[in-house]
Order: sequence, then structure tokens, then C-alpha cells
Amino acid sequence: MENVATAEEIAHAEHGHEEHELSFLQAYVFSQDHKVIGIQYAITALLFLLFGFTLMMIMRWQLAFPFRPVPVIGGLLGANNAQLMAPEFYNSLGAMHGTIMVFLGVVPLAVGGFGNYVLPLQIGAPDMAFPRLNMASYWSFFLGGIVMIASFFVPGGAANSGWTSYAPLSVIATEGQTWWLVGMIFLITSSLLGSVNFIVTTLQLRAPGMSFMRLPFFVWAQLVTSFLLLLAFPPLEAAGVLQIMDRVADTSFFMPSGLVTGDGPLEISGGGSPLLWQHLFWFLAHPEVYVLILPALGIVGEIVTNNTRKPLWGYRVLVASLIFLGFMSFIVWAHHMFLTGMGTTISTFFQTTTMIISIPSVVILSALFLSLYGGSIRYTVPMLFALAFLPMFGIGGLTGLPLGLTAPDIHLHDTYYVIGHFHYVVAPGTIFALFGGIYYWYPKATGRLMNDMLGRIHFWGSIIAINCVFMPMFITGLAGMNRRLYDGGLEYAHVQEVLEWNQFMSYGAWALGFFQIFFIFNFFWSIRHGKKVGDNPWDATTLEWQTPSPPPHGNFSTPPEAYRGPYEYSVPGASSDFSMQGQAPGANPEPAKV
Amino acid sequence: MSGSAEEVREHIATYKKIAGALAVGTVVTVLVSYLDVSVAIGITIALIIATTKASLVVNYFMHLGEERSQWLMVTLGLTAIFWLVLMLVPLWTIADHIGVANTLPNANVHEIAEGEEH
Amino acid sequence: MEIPYTVAERPDTGLNNVKLGIWLFLASEVMLFGGLFSTYILLRVGAVEWPLGAEFLNIPIGTVNTVILIASSVTMVMAYASLKLGDFAKYKTYMLATVLLPVLFLCIKGYEYYEKVSHDHLPSHSTFLAIYWTMTALHGLHIIGGIVVNGYFWGPGSKMWHAKPAMFENRVEAAGLYWHFVDLVWIFLFPVLYLL
Repeated sequence: MENVATAEEIAHAEHGHEEHELSFLQAYVFSQDHKVIGIQYAITALLFLLFGFTLMMIMRWQLAFPFRPVPVIGGLLGANNAQLMAPEFYNSLGAMHGTIMVFLGVVPLAVGGFGNYVLPLQIGAPDMAFPRLNMASYWSFFLGGIVMIASFFVPGGAANSGWTSYAPLSVIATEGQTWWLVGMIFLITSSLLGSVNFIVTTLQLRAPGMSFMRLPFFVWAQLVTSFLLLLAFPPLEAAGVLQIMDRVADTSFFMPSGLVTGDGPLEISGGGSPLLWQHLFWFLAHPEVYVLILPALGIVGEIVTNNTRKPLWGYRVLVASLIFLGFMSFIVWAHHMFLTGMGTTISTFFQTTTMIISIPSVVILSALFLSLYGGSIRYTVPMLFALAFLPMFGIGGLTGLPLGLTAPDIHLHDTYYVIGHFHYVVAPGTIFALFGGIYYWYPKATGRLMNDMLGRIHFWGSIIAINCVFMPMFITGLAGMNRRLYDGGLEYAHVQEVLEWNQFMSYGAWALGFFQIFFIFNFFWSIRHGKKVGDNPWDATTLEWQTPSPPPHGNFSTPPEAYRGPYEYSVPGASSDFSMQGQAPGANPEPAKV
Repeated sequence: MSGSAEEVREHIATYKKIAGALAVGTVVTVLVSYLDVSVAIGITIALIIATTKASLVVNYFMHLGEERSQWLMVTLGLTAIFWLVLMLVPLWTIADHIGVANTLPNANVHEIAEGEEH
Repeated sequence: MEIPYTVAERPDTGLNNVKLGIWLFLASEVMLFGGLFSTYILLRVGAVEWPLGAEFLNIPIGTVNTVILIASSVTMVMAYASLKLGDFAKYKTYMLATVLLPVLFLCIKGYEYYEKVSHDHLPSHSTFLAIYWTMTALHGLHIIGGIVVNGYFWGPGSKMWHAKPAMFENRVEAAGLYWHFVDLVWIFLFPVLYLL
């Protein structure tokens, strides 16, 4: 061990990093180290996820018990003394729940958190290609988040025109909508800077021997995701600027001629197009949903191969599917606009591309399922989440099919069926994968395992509760219950029979909230009291498991090299059931350091 | 850009020619705009000239003609494709009523309001 | 471990980090202005009537501005070539021109804007003016960004030439790529807004 320590000291002195001389601010607040930034992203995102989840739990009170006073916090919610939720406030909750979960929660955690922390380690790099840019990305995200939260406190409250902010409603909405737009500009900027960083890092900083076909599946997923973010976000940034102009400078980009509100005809030039907003919004927002799922697929891939002790099935097919999926995602967007009066030809075009894009999704899911066959499955907590992900994502994906076909979409558009569909993919889909990833990489980042029993309670409680929340949505949706109704559909004859599900779903949501307490407690408790582990507690093969837990600044004391593929598990004739990617041939397969 | 002084001087000679071409292109664009042609033809000619000028800048000033990186070419190729999609596909959604303005039923509400004031 | 390929080219990709980074950024900028061009197309195609550019815009002034911006692109590439030849003095001259020419552009643009405001031709006046103001203003912000960056590399940043010339060349090349892109946008913007 003394040799190693000396070698590290020499390496330190040679590259002249004065990490031990960095102030607290420089080391932990304005850090340029991808691991610190990754943790900053992760914790901030988890807090936003909790906040966005809380907004939903409040919404579900209104849906379960319409027009009953909201307990405890009712005084904050309405315009009257009866502590009833004002309809505009319900709409704010809805719009901000969506915005916060997608843009402040899931993507920053999946890409900013996991991507930043794991990607450089898995490719054998000392950091991201542009560490200062990385820091700027995080702080831009943080500022965007502040602006979004602050919007709750302006006159009229937060944005309440849906996370989709359709014009003309969003243009005539209260002040909070402008804050939403400004917040989005910060978030989009953060994302763009980050995506440049990820792509350059992956292409340029791979260790010797780390060819593209030896990259872990997680890295490929992050690479494709970064291309999606790079090319799809800018039109929304443009659209955001245009909507700000409409709201603040009285332009008519999205405002048609002849609009009349309660105050009379609008004094604007008119001539604009609400559909233009929809095109520019969905041009991003469709690739955005693949941004939501791809990192999750990457994480599940890593966990599955590690806990089946065999390589992922069909690595090349998986990579090809990722790339094809990414490409197709740019030409399906108007399946969100089937009911806007587009002609049948173009509707058919988008229906066709939407059906085609389901193929790579199915291929990837099938490959992950096939990876289980013949494996020695270890039911660790990460594996529980990864295993649950597979059928949950399956349900989410399959329920997308009737939505992508123009004919059934006439019935299902804007109903709870849609909400059920996309929540299945994102909630028991992506978010479960992200939980799995946290349990999986937590020992790498902290040197300690999260508590196993608490993890299992978290898992089982969540999987049951989450299905109670979202499965009934297909029932209510098929019955025709519209989304975004602040009274839960109370006044519509065609949904009276399914109204009882509202209460059931709300109980499910509150139960789901209850079981997250186990996770939150576990996350913080294990920092001090979790079981201590070494470099490679999961006996995994990829390069990050060759570094100390947690890795030092610069990650690798000696520059690593990739000698084989990423998933050399159960290689016939090998002395151990796994061969690490960075271990030179002939060396002891057990990692040397503890 | 490659290193030797000779090559750089050759490049400089090229830059001067391209600068001239760009100046000519600008003049032509403006002159053509005074021709009495339909909007469609006018747009086509203007875009052809603009694309030509742009290609010169990209190829010679930005040295894309000398870049050999596949990843760069693929990225820019994809960008070009998606840019075209963004330009053309939204048009397709209103293709059945191009040239006919859709206003809401209340578009003449001002006249109605003024009429009612009497 | 130092971060590799910050200046030197990586053999299998043929790029250094900064060059790849700036091209990726430019790809995103193509999509940003693409969103605005798409807006222009959709609004114009759907409009009852659309004015000729000449009704609101001054073509000779626009032409002068176009020539100014193209000239600044030429001086930018000459600045970079001078660096490659090791002629720091020439670099400073060309780079100064590259900074001052767009300042002139902005002054002329500012005059155009002032004229518009005094005739009440604000963005709220019509969709044509709305898209004109927005696109030229966003382009103008990009010009300001370029002036700042190029100014930095002409002024305080140019000290890097003496300490790390290869890195400085590399940075100036990247700044040049950005600047040419800003010129490219105007090459399309001018005919679309002014001439059509």
C-alpha cells in the first residue's frame, strides 16, 4: 500500500492540482469537479422531485374530495376564507408539477446527476472536457429553478397554462407565465452547455482501448441523449423568446386575429398562429421524452448485466436501436397535434413515423428482457428497481400505441388515458430506474451501502402504490374523463361511473408519498451509518469500479486503459465470474485496492 | 488548418478571392430584388444566392472543406436534416389552406362594436 | 491526470476539444435561428397580406451593413492566418478591425431601430415587424457576444500568445468559427427580411 500512496503523491505533485488548497467555496460550491457537480445536480433535482410530488399530492386532494377544504395548508390555496382550492391554483399546481418534474427533476437527475458523475469514470477520463462550462451548467439550472419557484409568489401565482403553455391562453395568462418562460430559458441554456460538454467528453476523452463498441451501454445512452438535447431544445428557446415578446411587447406571433376576452377585443395586430407555438414546443418536447427514458434504459442495462452475471444481450443491436430511436424522435412530434385540424396526409405521416419509432423501443426492451434469460439473478435492491422497470416501461410503451394512431387518438386525446400512459413510462419507468441507479452507485460516491431493508420497503411500497395511482387512469381515460379538470370531472355525465376511482388514486398517491420517506431517510442516514465498502462492492466490470470509493480528484491515479468489452461476466474458462474492463490480461481479476 | 507558411499564404490568396465573390454575390442579390418577378421566384433566386455565399464562408473561412472528422460531418448532416424538417414540415400541416388566412369568427368585432354604439 | 486534447488533435477523431465544442454549439445555434426562420415561414404563408421588405426597411442601409459584416469575416480569417504565420502585429490589426466593424454595424442598426420607433413601427405593429425586430435583435445580441469575445482576444486575452501560442491560435480559431456563423445568419437574414 505504501507504493501506491507514494505513486499518488507523485502524480499529485506532477500535475500540480492544488485541490488541497481550494477553499470550501471552490471545492464544494463552485466546484469544477464533475463528481461534485454531479452530486449537486442530483441533490437539487431530488429536492425538486419532492417538491413537484408534493404539488401533485395537493392536487389529488381536490380530485378525491372536490370542494372540501384542504387540511393544514388550505389557507394558502384559495381566494376565499373557506380554504377551498381556487381553480386557477389547481391549474398552477398542474402546470408546475409537470414543469418541475420534467425540467427540474428527472432530466437534471438523469443527465446532470448520473451523466456527470458516472460518464467520465466509465470512459476512463479525469473529468469532463470543459469543467468550468460544467459548473456554469449547474448554476444556470439552479437559477432557472429559483425563478420557477419564485413564480409561485408573484401576483396571480405561478404559470397555470399547462406545462405545454399553449397560446393564446398562455399569452393572456398572469405574470407567473413570464417567469416560467424566463426560467425555461435558464434551464435550456444549462442543458445546451451540458450537452456540448457530454458529447465532447465522450468523443475525445475516452481512455486508450476504449473504442466506441466497448463503451458501456449507459455511455451510449447519454451520448444519444446529448444529441437530442443539443438539436431539439433551441427551437423551444426561440419559441420562449417569441412568447415573451407576445406577452410583454404585445406582438402577435401566436395570437390570431379576432381574439376577444372578457375585457373585449384584444388590442393586438393579430395574424399570428397558435399552431406555431405547438410546432415549436413539440419539436422539442417529443425528443424530450426520449431524453427522459434513454438514461434510464442505460442505467437499467448496467444494473441488469451486473446482477445477472452475464453480458447484455445484443449489444450492437442495442446501440443501433438507440441511434435509430434518437433520429426518429425528431420526426414524430405532431402526434401530439392530431386534433388540431391537420390534413389526413400529414397525420398519416406522423402516425407512420410514430409506429416506426416503437420498433427500436421494443427491441431495446426485448434485449433487456432477453438479458435475464440464463442469468444468475441477484435480487439486490438496484436489481429490484431495474426488474420492475421492465414491465412498467412495457405498459407505458404499449399504451402509447393507441395514442399514436390517429383514429383512437380522437377518443383518447387529452383524457386521463394519456396521463396514465406517460406517467407509466416516467414514474414506474424512468424514476424507478433512477432509484435503482442511486442504490447502485451510492457506494461508489460515498464508500457506503444504503440500508438494504429500508431499500426493500421503499421498493415494495412504491411499486404497489404507484400502480394504484396510475392503472385506474386508463379506466377513467377510456371512459372519457378529461385531463386538467380541477373538479376531477364531477360535472360530466359520461364519467360519473368512474369518479370513484379518483379517491382510490389519491390514496395511492399519498401512500406512494409515505413510502418515499424510507428512501429519504435511508439516503441521509447511510452517509454516516451505511455499511462501509471498498472499490467494487457489486463485483462489476466497468471502469468506475476500479477507482476508490469515492474517487479522488482526477479519478484515476494512473491513466486507465480498456482491455476488453464492458460486460465480461461469466467468461468460460476465466478464474472469476467477472473480468474488469480496465484490468490488464493475466492480472489478478480481483481488484487490488480495498 | 494545416501548418506550413506556404499553405497559409495559399489560403490567404483564396480568402481574397472569396471576399470578392461574396461582394459580387451581395450586389447581385440586391439587384435581382429589383426585378419584376413573382414572390416564389424571387425567394428561390435569393435563397440560391444566399446558400452559395454561405457555402463559400463555411467551406473556406470555416475550413469545413478541409475537416476530415466523421463525427463532425455526421453532426452537421443531422443538423441540416432536422433544420429542413423544421422549415418544411409545419408548412405541410397548413398545406391545404396556404394563402387563405384563417381568422376567428370575431375578426370583425371592431366594426360590429362601432356599429352598435349608435 | 490533465485533460487531454485541449489543443492537440486526438488521432481517431481528428479534432481538438475546443473545435469540436464550438461546432456543436454552432449546430445548436442553427436550430435556434431555425426556429425563428420556421416562424417567419409559417407566419408569412398564413398571412392575409405581407409587406415587401422595402416598405418598412431601407435596402441601401441593409446592403451597407451586409458588406460591413462580410468584411469583418474576412478580417477575422486574416487575423487567424496572421497568427499561423507568426505575425502578431498583423493579427492585432486585423482583429481590431474585426471588433470595430461590427460596432459600426450595430450603430447603423441602432439608427434603423430609432427610425422605426419614431414612426411607431414597433414589433406590435404587425407580424412582419414583429419577426423583423426579434430576428435582428437576437442576431444583434449574438454580434455583441462576438464583439466581447473578439475584443477579449484582441486585448487582455492576447497575452496568451506569448505564453502558450498553440493554445491561443486554437482559441482564436474557435472565436473565428463563431464569428463566421454570425455572418452566415445575416447572409440569410438580409435577403429574407429586406429583399423579399
